[in-house]
Amino acid sequence: MATKVVERKPLSLAERTFLPQIVSGLRVTMKNMFKAPVTLEYPDERPDIPPGYRGVPTLVKDPNGREKCVSCQLCEFVCPPKAIRITPAEIPEDAETAHVEKAPEEFEINMLRCIYCGLCQEVCPEEAIFLQDIFSVTGTSREELVFKKDKLYALGGTLPDSHFKWDKKKADELAGNPHH
Amino acid sequence: MSEGQEDKRIPIYVDGEELKVDPGTNLIDAVALAGKEVPHYCYHPKLSVVGNCRMCLVEMGMPGRDRATGEPMLEEDGSPKIMWVPKPVIACATNAAPGMHVRTESDLVKECREGVMEFLLVNHPLDCPICDQAGECRLQEFATDYGRGYSRFIEQKNVKPKRTRLGPRVMLDDERCILCSRCIRFCEEVAEDPVLGFVDRGSYTTLTAFPGKELANNYSLNTVDICPVGALTSTDFRFKMRVWFLKETDSIDTESSVGCNTVVGSREGKIYRITPRRNDHVNDTWMPDSGRALYKQVEAENRLTGYSIEGRPCSPDEAFSLAATLLKGHRAAIVGSGRLSVEEQYLLRRMREAVGGDAPTFLVGRTGEGDGKLLSADRNPNTRGALLTGLVDTLPKEDLHDLAHLIAEGEVDTLLVAGEDLTQAGVTREQLKRVQIVYMGTHHNDTSSVAKVEIPVLTVFEKSGTFVNQQFRVQKFAQAVPGPKGVLFGLSNYTRLLETLGSPRRIAPSPSNVWKEMAGDVPEFADLRFEDIPRTGTVVDDSRFAHLPFVEGPGFHFNPERAAETAGA
Repeated sequence: MATKVVERKPLSLAERTFLPQIVSGLRVTMKNMFKAPVTLEYPDERPDIPPGYRGVPTLVKDPNGREKCVSCQLCEFVCPPKAIRITPAEIPEDAETAHVEKAPEEFEINMLRCIYCGLCQEVCPEEAIFLQDIFSVTGTSREELVFKKDKLYALGGTLPDSHFKWDKKKADELAGNPHH
Repeated sequence: MSEGQEDKRIPIYVDGEELKVDPGTNLIDAVALAGKEVPHYCYHPKLSVVGNCRMCLVEMGMPGRDRATGEPMLEEDGSPKIMWVPKPVIACATNAAPGMHVRTESDLVKECREGVMEFLLVNHPLDCPICDQAGECRLQEFATDYGRGYSRFIEQKNVKPKRTRLGPRVMLDDERCILCSRCIRFCEEVAEDPVLGFVDRGSYTTLTAFPGKELANNYSLNTVDICPVGALTSTDFRFKMRVWFLKETDSIDTESSVGCNTVVGSREGKIYRITPRRNDHVNDTWMPDSGRALYKQVEAENRLTGYSIEGRPCSPDEAFSLAATLLKGHRAAIVGSGRLSVEEQYLLRRMREAVGGDAPTFLVGRTGEGDGKLLSADRNPNTRGALLTGLVDTLPKEDLHDLAHLIAEGEVDTLLVAGEDLTQAGVTREQLKRVQIVYMGTHHNDTSSVAKVEIPVLTVFEKSGTFVNQQFRVQKFAQAVPGPKGVLFGLSNYTRLLETLGSPRRIAPSPSNVWKEMAGDVPEFADLRFEDIPRTGTVVDDSRFAHLPFVEGPGFHFNPERAAETAGA
């Protein structure tokens, strides 16, 4: 194969002293020395999480402390990496929330599988699962990174509710039928 | 149409397209033949027509005739003039008539469906997230297909009883009920146990069991199957698993010789429910409740999951070679089972030939009271398979005193027991201890506890094969879940033991290969291949066994006297 010899220009005098380069480099250094830093001193400093951020999926309770998940298993169905596993169960008839009938006995999210896509939050008909602002997940074993129901509720906490769907349902039930 | 018969079918026109149907075909079924759907809730092909849901409204018209002359009325272009009925009619209560025209997609029909859907949804709780029917709910499906897509209802919904216990196996949520009355008609017409009815008729119509009655008959769970919404739910399946996760496998109910066609719903190797599969020649669309609980045997506590010799675990090969040593050269007897598949029974027969051919062979009979419907007196699903394959030539007895006698006389050294507990069939433990037992079965029992060799085999849900029901109908079942860890798959246990016994030819452990072998040995199966057996089964010739006094009484699609006559003819 034919080779082509690249012609190199000879360096000028200014270039041979390197002085202009040193000066322009120092100018950049000086400029940044007095500017606010763009990096954070993580983990002492934490970033501001913008709204809509997709962090760790969590389960939330409504302001009355009722667990919102009814284990409809739609998130389990939609989850692309199959990270979610739910064991459904019936709420006993003497419980306060007996009118909801169904709740998860166990709710597992395998954080080693989760891809933070947010489809579970999108599909949830009860607004019970949210990807909130937690972004750092570490653990020392595989088991530890399979989040169980109590851990998911501890991470999720309580979020405001604009429907109180089941409370309304119970109120209707207690009110009974009109004209009857 | 068979030869010599003229085509009696009549032309009807569905949305302008001609279609030939049998006279009197229900319009819903006729339109389905055209590949179109008329949405319906209360209509069920196996129940009477009541026409109370109004979902199947269509436009209908007949070619007009001049009243004075009786001449067909024609349009200007010469085509027949269609006299459309001024209002929509319900398709379920309309039978196809010659020349009938039906519109299933006109604006009027669409408007009707939207109206009906809106009224049905007015009082529906919309609790799909917790409803077991979600995913197979007609109301859900038709709301998306034919509904208007939004609700105009702002008033308070009706409150009705929830979590009502209708019977030991059925729960009722009245708020979800759309009052189609299928369950009421089923109880009256098929189960012949009328216990359900509507009370408080009007805006608050409520389905309930009559006072002092409960829905406890052995067919109660069929009401759950035919309920188009989630009003009736099965106590056993309630909240266990969403239906969209279930893998559905065709199977056969093994509790009696009726052989109800079933669908097994499983997810990731675990079975959640068994539902009936439509077969108009056997079980229509029904099955007994007792057959739906049979899946529990798969994960039973006493399940046999490992090969062992005298209680010590061993490899399959060790078990087979010891079994072969025990069977060969000793005086052996074989106890088969009417619960084995046709293939297994045939392979047992081949084992008998391999050990000498004259080993006395027994089958344990199981009889109960037939209910005249889908539970027959013969509680073995495959007695006729054992007859056809030549494993036995007489009907089985419940009490094996002949075998007990042989053991007592010391005329038997080794017993090959396949899937039966002999202590339940008139042979005592002490007698069993006097012989060497090779036990092949799915569960531990008193026979396996005294067995020399234990070989675990698969339940009906873990293998594929065939059964022959009371009509001599060969029916296929398919593997729904994998077998327990360590148990050889398919028919391997039988073919490997047969091989170890020194059978001249190796048989691959699949039903289709065993059927190729059987074609030569069983005249009824001569021109039948496993692959050719249709989903609804195929009836084989029963004339060889016409003289046998089968125990079954009449039931759905089965009349023993007529069966005997046709066999004799």
